[in-house]
Amino acid sequence: MKNFGNLFAAWMLVWAIFFVYEVSIARRIARLRQDMEDLKRQLQNK
Amino acid sequence: MKLRIVATFLVVALVCFAGYAALFIAPDERTMHEVQRIFYFHVASWSACFTAFTVAFIGNVGYLATRKINWDWLGVAGAEVGVVACSIGLVTGPLWAKPVWGVWWTWDPRLTTTFILWLLYVSYLLLRGLIEEPGRRATLSAVFGIFAFLDVPLVYMSNRLWRTQHPAPVIFGGEGSGLDPTMGKVLGLCIVSLLCLIVLVLADRYRLESLRHEADELRQEVESRTLGSESLSTKAPS
Repeated sequence: MKNFGNLFAAWMLVWAIFFVYEVSIARRIARLRQDMEDLKRQLQNK
Repeated sequence: MKLRIVATFLVVALVCFAGYAALFIAPDERTMHEVQRIFYFHVASWSACFTAFTVAFIGNVGYLATRKINWDWLGVAGAEVGVVACSIGLVTGPLWAKPVWGVWWTWDPRLTTTFILWLLYVSYLLLRGLIEEPGRRATLSAVFGIFAFLDVPLVYMSNRLWRTQHPAPVIFGGEGSGLDPTMGKVLGLCIVSLLCLIVLVLADRYRLESLRHEADELRQEVESRTLGSESLSTKAPS
């Protein structure tokens, strides 16, 4: 199992980068939806 | 929503199977052994990267041709997902290179043009952040995006045009190139699985941009109504 550490690191990094990126998109979408709800509420009150 | 959940489940299953195939089904490479298995997702990440940058290019050209903002959303989605896939390729490459070449990085044509590609698209994303006005931002970033895309064919051709430290292409590499049939099938599976994955991520990123646009429109409406009610209240005493 020579250089298994490099193989392991590469694989972990591939999935970690994709996972973190997908989570960042989901969080940005959730924040925008919240903002939009607030804005709609403001519009209804005017 | 239901379709989205089914698609996510299928893609995750496909990616898991591809990972299993790359680790346990693909035969051991004679000289590099285990570390060569990085190849399956290293090459697949470049296919994903080039696909995403092609999507960005289509979005950039589409915006300049039609001036419809949807094309700009496609452009930024492709560029951002492409940068993520490019970063994966740039990280997995050195992890493979160190035990095989003895160095993490070398400024050979393939690696240098790839690093420039990453820098160009990171600049594209930074440029968008600097321009406030949506129309101007879309136009300037579309022009810059088309310029950045010129590096994609250069990266692809670099180890065909010049003698490089990077291995010669094993697919469409001409005489003497090629892969063991099982390795080829596993590589194909990994490429397809990552392409499916980036299609899902691209769809999410596109949705984010369209929501951002909707939120901006709502914000403008709130501001205009606030200004309208303020001007009415200042006129009222006279």
